Amino acid sequence: MVETEAGTVAQIIERYGGDAGMLIPMMQDVQAEYGYLPQAELKELSGRLRVPLAQIYSVATFYASFRLMPKGDHTIQLCLGTVCFLKGADKISEAIRREFELVPGGTSPDRKFTYSPVNCVGACALAPVMVVDGEYHGGLTVDSAVELLHRIAAGDATPDAEAKAAKPKKAARGSKKK
Amino acid sequence: MTTVETRLQSLADLEDLRRQLLAARDPAVRRVRVCIGTGCTAKGSLRVLERFQQAAVELGRESVAVEAKCTGCHGFCERGPIVVVDPGNVFYHSVNEEDVPEIWRESVIGGRTVEHLLYRDEKTDKPATTADEIPFYHAQQRIVLAYNGVIDPTRIEEYVAAGGYAALAKALGSMEPAAVVEEIAASGLRGRGGGGFLTGRKWRSARNAPGQPKYVIANGDEGDPGAFMDRSLMEGAPHSVIEGMTIGAYAVGSSQGYIYVRNEYPLAVKHLTIAIEQARELGLLGENILGSGFSFDVRINRGAGAFVCGESTALMASLEGHVGEPRAKYIHTVESGLNGKPSLLNNVETWANVPQIILKGAAWFASLGTEKSKGTKVFSLVGKVKNTGLVEVPMGMTLRQIIYDIGGGIPDDKAFKAVQTGGPSGGCIPAEYLDEPVDFDRLTELGSMMGSGGMIVMDEDTCMVNVANYFLRFLKEESCGKCTPCREGIAQMVEILGRITKGEGRPGDIESLETLGELLEDTALCALGKTAAYPVLSTVRRFRDEYMAHIQQKRCPAKECKGLFRYEIDAEACTGCVLCAKRCPVDAIRGERKKPHVIDQEICTNCGTCFEVCPFSAVIKV
Repeated sequence: MVETEAGTVAQIIERYGGDAGMLIPMMQDVQAEYGYLPQAELKELSGRLRVPLAQIYSVATFYASFRLMPKGDHTIQLCLGTVCFLKGADKISEAIRREFELVPGGTSPDRKFTYSPVNCVGACALAPVMVVDGEYHGGLTVDSAVELLHRIAAGDATPDAEAKAAKPKKAARGSKKK
Repeated sequence: MTTVETRLQSLADLEDLRRQLLAARDPAVRRVRVCIGTGCTAKGSLRVLERFQQAAVELGRESVAVEAKCTGCHGFCERGPIVVVDPGNVFYHSVNEEDVPEIWRESVIGGRTVEHLLYRDEKTDKPATTADEIPFYHAQQRIVLAYNGVIDPTRIEEYVAAGGYAALAKALGSMEPAAVVEEIAASGLRGRGGGGFLTGRKWRSARNAPGQPKYVIANGDEGDPGAFMDRSLMEGAPHSVIEGMTIGAYAVGSSQGYIYVRNEYPLAVKHLTIAIEQARELGLLGENILGSGFSFDVRINRGAGAFVCGESTALMASLEGHVGEPRAKYIHTVESGLNGKPSLLNNVETWANVPQIILKGAAWFASLGTEKSKGTKVFSLVGKVKNTGLVEVPMGMTLRQIIYDIGGGIPDDKAFKAVQTGGPSGGCIPAEYLDEPVDFDRLTELGSMMGSGGMIVMDEDTCMVNVANYFLRFLKEESCGKCTPCREGIAQMVEILGRITKGEGRPGDIESLETLGELLEDTALCALGKTAAYPVLSTVRRFRDEYMAHIQQKRCPAKECKGLFRYEIDAEACTGCVLCAKRCPVDAIRGERKKPHVIDQEICTNCGTCFEVCPFSAVIKV
């Protein structure tokens, strides 16, 4: 568990002039601070803003970007947008979930990865695309995605090599002659 | 900090600044423009930019002045990173870090073109020196995207020098607020976010609505998968959105604006934040803008990852700090929106059109496009198309022109099957309508819609049932759950579609889908639910035989649905390399080394591993 720091919530509330209407930005700031929303901080937010904890919990669970559990070492955002889907993202999703024992929004048992499938990162020219710790990796295949994550888990993330690997586009292979 | 020196006090100050900026511009300076849109950045453009900037600094001490700067998305994401060298407007694509010294030496300093980095025409192999010579750009008309790829979005001076904020000055200096509203109304501009509602009419209602304060809101919660028009605008030309909003605020009498940006767009948030700060410093936002007495400011709110927040009432609920649940709209948001006050919400692209209309006039804008759809529209052209990217074309251009002339057609000589427009709630348009003009009304007549401008091309390998299933699964996840038809109806449709794609479809399934779809349209609370069934209804209407093949013959004609086709090995193409046999997880492949292999269909689980690994394309789907 991440240690929470006294005063953090008060500072964040101050940043928005104590306006309870800015609850979502405040929660985003708490998450930016800790990587997730620690229970103690949410309780403090609720008390200081005089917003029911139930409302804060409903907001935290309604929006996909909020997490109530700590994050793994690396964050995987796999794009499941239409184009990535057409180009096989669902198969990649299946494979990395199996390989690293991940569920959407969850963290792997070894705490290496947190997996957040997203609806679209808007980088369709790179499809299928995966964003790991803010770094975009495009033109993936099932094998290259799994391999990349193994490399990152082993501490050998070389974005340069990846960018080059993604560049010469492998001729797309659909079903051939019927 | 705002200083007296930098803050513009009057309309004349702005013109003076523009003149100064233009006069200070040395025509002899050579410029390198590197695209830092999300697409190019992902392909390493930031490192390319760094290398150019280093080189420029090193050279700065010598005689030739060179400026290396970043720009917003050029649109041709397929060929990123894109680098443009001035003078000459020379367009280089797919530029690597290693290419930088050559471009620097030959093109920037030497004034020669680096042939091998130029775009080459696919058929004629003729190189194109400037963007205009490339078919992808040739047929486009860039009005909203005019600043993209040209100015540095992080420097307000560049926007001002290029004519930015002149429209605001014109509105503040020579137009009554009501006249601004009427100008927008006369232009025929319709909302670019999906509905296509007349913008001028909305502004008029917001202006006439009683109550203060009033709010103006830019909807940048671009949730449609496969769409990135608004992202590129916010990243590449943030000031045009802010200028449009400021004009709108002046017209309807608002002093506070909000830009609601999608959570997944960090670069857009960054550029908008910089833009707002710079506009404040120059006095183009804040108290007494340009000495006119009009005050207005803008705040950015980041979304938190909910598709439904693109819906206006849900977005406003989210801005108030609540869960993003829509409400029934018998009272319009222009009368009672954010905090129960009159709120004028427009899409990012709509706002970016406003300065152009004010500057060039309603008549000019109305001269573009079709009878009822004026102006241009930005589309993100994606999917099974050669030139993935962002395109801006006049309304009324045909689908064929967009997909083939600009998009370059379908890769790998595959056949075009359909184009999906309008996002998850849109429909699929088949090949026989390729020559139809693209405008709001025609797309609706074809059973699809304009939506925000996503255009996803599908080829013969795409299973339409699977696509419909994808969209419905998406909407099931994103339904907020407030109203029963949407929450339960979509789930029921997903259940049926899932069965069909697994080969467990039953007679009557198609009819059930149609009934549920009509029910949703009639009874759901908001547009998400009302239009949720469109992907199903439009594919049932246009590709009924594909549904029938899944249900009756347990066969997927596009060979995409697992289990509804088989893998076989083409004996002639197989070299007996044994790679597939080694990789097969269930040992279903037999054969001797250097002799054709065979898949034992009894054991095969259709996992597709052999198809993926075969280096000779000898594994085929039948």
